[in-house]
Amino acid sequence: MKPYDLIVIGGGPAGLAAAISAREAGVKEILILERDNEPGGILNQCIHNGFGLHTFGEELTGPEYAIRFIEQAKALQIPCKLNTMVLDLQDDGSGVKQVTAMNRQDGLLELTARCIILAMGCRERPRGALNIPGFRPAGVYTAGTAQRLVNMEGRMPGKEIVILGSGDIGLIMARRLTLEGAKVKAVAELMPYSGGLARNIVQCLEDYQIPLLLSHTVTDLHGKDRVTGVTLSQVDANSRPIPGTEQEISCDTLLLSCGLLPENELSDKLGVSLSPVTGGPEVNESLETNVPGVFACGNVLHVHDLVDYVSEEAARAGLHAAQYLKEKKRDSRDFSLPICPKDGIRYTVPQTVRPDCMDDTLLVRFRVGAVYSDCRIFVSLGDTCIQTLYKKKIAPGEMQQLTLKKADLAAASPSDSIIIRLEENVHGNA
Amino acid sequence: MYDVIIIGAGVTGCAIARELSRYQLRVLVLEKEEDVCCGTSKANSAIIHAGHDATPGTQKAKFNVLGNAMMDELSQELDFPFVRNGSLVVCFEEAQIPKLEELMERGRQNGVEGLRIVRGEQIQKLEPNLSDSVTALLFCPTGGIVCPFLMTIALAENAAVNGTQFRFDTKVTQIRPTDNPQEGWQIFTDAGEVLTTRCVVNAAGVYADVFNNMVSARKLSITPRRGEYQLLDKKAGALISHTIFQLPGPKGKGILVTPTVHGNLMVGPTAQDLTDKEAVNTTAAGLAEVMEKGRQSVPSLPGRMTITSFAGLRASEAEKDFVLGEAPDAPGFFNCAGIDSPGLSAAPAIGVYLAKQVAQTLRAEKKTDFCGTRKGIPNVAQATLQERKALIQQDPAYGNVICRCETVTEGEIINAIRRPCGARSLDGVKRRVRAGMGRCQSGFCAPKVMEILQRERDIDPLAVTKHGPGSELLTGTTREDREDETV
Repeated sequence: MKPYDLIVIGGGPAGLAAAISAREAGVKEILILERDNEPGGILNQCIHNGFGLHTFGEELTGPEYAIRFIEQAKALQIPCKLNTMVLDLQDDGSGVKQVTAMNRQDGLLELTARCIILAMGCRERPRGALNIPGFRPAGVYTAGTAQRLVNMEGRMPGKEIVILGSGDIGLIMARRLTLEGAKVKAVAELMPYSGGLARNIVQCLEDYQIPLLLSHTVTDLHGKDRVTGVTLSQVDANSRPIPGTEQEISCDTLLLSCGLLPENELSDKLGVSLSPVTGGPEVNESLETNVPGVFACGNVLHVHDLVDYVSEEAARAGLHAAQYLKEKKRDSRDFSLPICPKDGIRYTVPQTVRPDCMDDTLLVRFRVGAVYSDCRIFVSLGDTCIQTLYKKKIAPGEMQQLTLKKADLAAASPSDSIIIRLEENVHGNA
Repeated sequence: MYDVIIIGAGVTGCAIARELSRYQLRVLVLEKEEDVCCGTSKANSAIIHAGHDATPGTQKAKFNVLGNAMMDELSQELDFPFVRNGSLVVCFEEAQIPKLEELMERGRQNGVEGLRIVRGEQIQKLEPNLSDSVTALLFCPTGGIVCPFLMTIALAENAAVNGTQFRFDTKVTQIRPTDNPQEGWQIFTDAGEVLTTRCVVNAAGVYADVFNNMVSARKLSITPRRGEYQLLDKKAGALISHTIFQLPGPKGKGILVTPTVHGNLMVGPTAQDLTDKEAVNTTAAGLAEVMEKGRQSVPSLPGRMTITSFAGLRASEAEKDFVLGEAPDAPGFFNCAGIDSPGLSAAPAIGVYLAKQVAQTLRAEKKTDFCGTRKGIPNVAQATLQERKALIQQDPAYGNVICRCETVTEGEIINAIRRPCGARSLDGVKRRVRAGMGRCQSGFCAPKVMEILQRERDIDPLAVTKHGPGSELLTGTTREDREDETV
């Protein structure tokens, strides 16, 4: 069987936008493989609004946002196999990749593709990974699982709820469950700041008088069959529980919103090298991984806060995939500059830039490691500062971006690196 | 009227049931939980011990070695995973080497074969990720690992196919001799029933002392000794290949690090004597101790790869040995008590031994139509491409992946629910086919498995449980679905 030009793994917001832009750039044989029974991914359970402000200039719900991409993909006649689980990805070095997938209708599918876009999204950190001691009763859910039960299946996971972690899904679920008649008793956050968007703190907690307990964690879980309560403790600066600060809150449900992990088991099988910081593939300016012809975008690459950014990033991945398919050979002399995050900057995506391959500008996304105020971000090529950026306040929960200019990298030599670092209290210090 | 009632559907109860199902007897297994393998049998080290640890001459020594020797054949007959991966007992000081030699000598007396002491460079060759401070180790080639869930379930299923009845969610509240003691025993349940039986087998785990003490003047005292464990992602599974013990202490074999038959890595257990026989909760201190001591043996243990933690209660009898056989002052009442480590390893041999005693007492004849083999649930994740194709052709549900972390299909889940002694809860499904056992710990598949359980069992969605009555997963419907309320 003739190989596909492009197989996109995942039919969520990233996969759809990538496939659409690849098709618009002229890629013919595209196939999207989606494990759920409809395209749209996690957006289908995000029935709250706030999506699309950047992309469409209007506020949409998750499903409304998704349908715009689904219809576009349909109009472009991009085939999508639903209920299809990709089991294995292999690259034997020949340039053609093997994709093994499975579903009810086709049975076992053994496909090949010249190019692959990874768009599998992420999963939630479960209780076990958090090492919360106690019993193992019913009533412990990750926020996303609860969201699926409530928004897609019309079922309530509990009546009296404590949420651990102030990630965005947890905040959104605090509001949703309150609206559905449950009592959300508290949101506890291990860190001294919230991991979610500021607007969600206001709109989902403050508007409903739900207390946010910063520097708190769950230190015991009660109830053998069903949750009957949790013990919350205050934590010190090293996140260790402080003895004597325990308070027991009775509840029948504990929701966990303690971080998202890019889901890269398939990337791993393909030999894609992963960043220990983001959990996603390390990519260059073209969002291409170390395996030629394999691109990544969306939450499988790094966890985003806004879907608008996912769509934008995925469209770039689709475009670069199209370019890859057109160019038979690339100049091996193109050198690559690492982007090195330092002093408060946790990571950047992309992690490397080939100045000769980049467009006139390149969007670099990054996150910081803690809350900083009155700070300046310095971008330098070797010892030369090429850009600065002032931020009044910057927090880990909100993804940041800056634009690198090709012209600024004209003087780069292969031994250079791009350094991005942060200085705090720039006015206070002055 | 039953010939035999077995109290407890753990691994020993099920092993006895399976052996008794060879005979022409009416056998009933009573279990207070909703499934087999819900107590000590589900939360232990999953080790088939070589048998060097128990004091020579004890029941533990005898049945451990006998049970270990039965495992290859049994795992084939009943189709459950067992691997003879070999175990290592490590010591960290030259001064402890005599203790290893003592252990080796004890093993020889117990009939354990192939034991040898390994020192120097050979240590790292045998197990490259062991701590540099390991000075010597006892290599036990006959040590193995097993899936305790699938072993227990296989024994139960095979017993059920051969006519044994199982009744779950049924607590025994009282045992009394019948008015005419020649006729046997009356068993009272929390459902208000009184069942009569000619023989009783007490395989009640941490509660075995309670039942023994109802009928016998020779009192037993079982202390629940809690052991906490951490289970690590399969990505860490290849860190070691053998089961690694430290030199045993007074309360047990210390913290071990072991691969599991499914490719994960497991670390534990702690040993804490309790009074509460239901205290299967983990503690912050216990979990910290597990990792700290595990790292003494394997320093590179990646604690960040923990996917879940759990605790089990060992049924530790005061005399420190298994209590097996007819109570001296209660004819027809057979104990299978004090089954702590190496209980899992010994279970198959205990099953044969006690079944024979009970059958002799009842002068039972063997069946002619006993079927000693059982085929497990197809494992799509481990099947070859050809096998997968054949399975999907036979039933397309084997092409529909429900649990993405462990690649478990709808076909496997349906199979697990429909077979004899089938799964009735989320945990029951998990133990049989591993849906929810992976790194996301059921975040994605729980709603889907709940739907399959509801559909297959034809129950209300709100009646689906995690592990039986009281552990219902949902508390109601959302507002727009509620008819009795206006928004």
